[in-house]
Amino acid sequence: MEESAPNYLLIIGGVLFVLLNVAAGMIWVERRMLALWQDRYGPNRAGPFGLFIVVADSLKLFFKEDWIPPFADKIVFVLAPTIVLISVLMSFVVIPFAPGIIVVDLNIGVLFFLAMSSMGAYSIILGGWASNNKYSLLGAMRGAAQMISYEVFMGLALMGVVLLSGSFSLVDIVESQRGLWFFIPQIIGFVIFFIAGVAETHRLPFDIPEAESELIAGFHSEYSGMKFGMFFIGEYLGITLISCMVVTLYFGGWLGPDFLPPIVWFILKVGAFLMIFILLRASLPRPRYDQLMEYGWKILLPLTLVNLMVTAAIVLMNE
Amino acid sequence: MELTFYVASAIAILATIMVITNYNMIHALLYLVVSFLAVAVVFFTLGAPFMAALEVIIYAGAIVVLIIFVIMMLNLTNEDVQQEKTWLRPKTWIGPALLSLVLLAELAYLVIAEDMPTINNQPVDAREVGLALYGPYLLGVQLCGMLLMAGIVGAYHLGRQKKKVVHRFLERSEI
Repeated sequence: MEESAPNYLLIIGGVLFVLLNVAAGMIWVERRMLALWQDRYGPNRAGPFGLFIVVADSLKLFFKEDWIPPFADKIVFVLAPTIVLISVLMSFVVIPFAPGIIVVDLNIGVLFFLAMSSMGAYSIILGGWASNNKYSLLGAMRGAAQMISYEVFMGLALMGVVLLSGSFSLVDIVESQRGLWFFIPQIIGFVIFFIAGVAETHRLPFDIPEAESELIAGFHSEYSGMKFGMFFIGEYLGITLISCMVVTLYFGGWLGPDFLPPIVWFILKVGAFLMIFILLRASLPRPRYDQLMEYGWKILLPLTLVNLMVTAAIVLMNE
Repeated sequence: MELTFYVASAIAILATIMVITNYNMIHALLYLVVSFLAVAVVFFTLGAPFMAALEVIIYAGAIVVLIIFVIMMLNLTNEDVQQEKTWLRPKTWIGPALLSLVLLAELAYLVIAEDMPTINNQPVDAREVGLALYGPYLLGVQLCGMLLMAGIVGAYHLGRQKKKVVHRFLERSEI
């Protein structure tokens, strides 16, 4: 690390502070935006524009009884929600928010992100299994299958970007997008990565592991209080993470015209993708479980492979 | 760097022992994940960050998840644990223990006879791994590919189901 230690700690602290606040703020943003798109008011009573609903929600989560069911496997039950938070927060380590504002620029940044997101699958599986409840178990099984299969396309779709930039480091990837943002040459890769990202964060329309209407709440139906809160915050952090990754990999990260500082460009782009996530939730119905798997393995996987091969061939020709 | 190597190795060995001795399958698999993570750290300290990342993505992230998936479907109970205990009588340990002793002796001999290999921090990046895989080890890659293909064909064969048409009046099945 070239920076001096206090600066380094400052970046870590700043990133953590901003992220946790964003995750909490997303609760309000999501409810308000959903309401807007569904032609109703949403929470608008507490404070200006209903902003204090965030405070109320967090207070409620903190003070709720933290109950561990007697039939649950206690150690695993407590462990599961921490895994989701740890893995998502660790992924943010490699994201370049602006030149110099990055916790650590690993030369395997992309792979580190993939590794951490694959660890996130454990929280669902273990949470569902430890709850010792058939709905939770069903949700966990669906979640495991969904996350494993969509990770494959996610990783392969990323490799197109890695081929074009010739590096696994996210800073290098952003720098190599100076002329042209990668979403133009890698449009298929971008679409697949985004779909896989939605599935990976198990957001609607791919929220099959929790599917309220059929599985009560899937893998976290036994969770309450702050343990549920961790799953909840983990989900919003996951959305933020995927938005950050999409922006970094395909939309030039902090790059943009000079009239705004780089960090503002980054935040604007990430904000736009957060809105798309919410809009997806507001507008799309949930597919059936087998449809989801079929769509993944029969459409996305061949498309990703073709995309990867064509990209590799073009890179090889230009060399 | 050397200290991290030894700590990670110790964790890997301890976690692997816990995998073998634990009767609760899911807990054993959790230790297996810890063991893989420790091995990834070992790779990292030995200067192979690419391999470390792949270790986490493929072993800890995908393969163990699949194993857990299968275990959850098996729905193991205490009876199965008892049954396993009867299978693992002390007598069955003799053969493997003898063979492992020979291996241990060989390992000890190698460690004593050779100079201790030092940890060199020459990072092996993705490009070198790729060149090695598709250069000197091409045959190995192809053999792995064939093995995986056989696995896929086998899985398809086992998983294929007859399409069942359920109707109020007639029930027939077609392939």
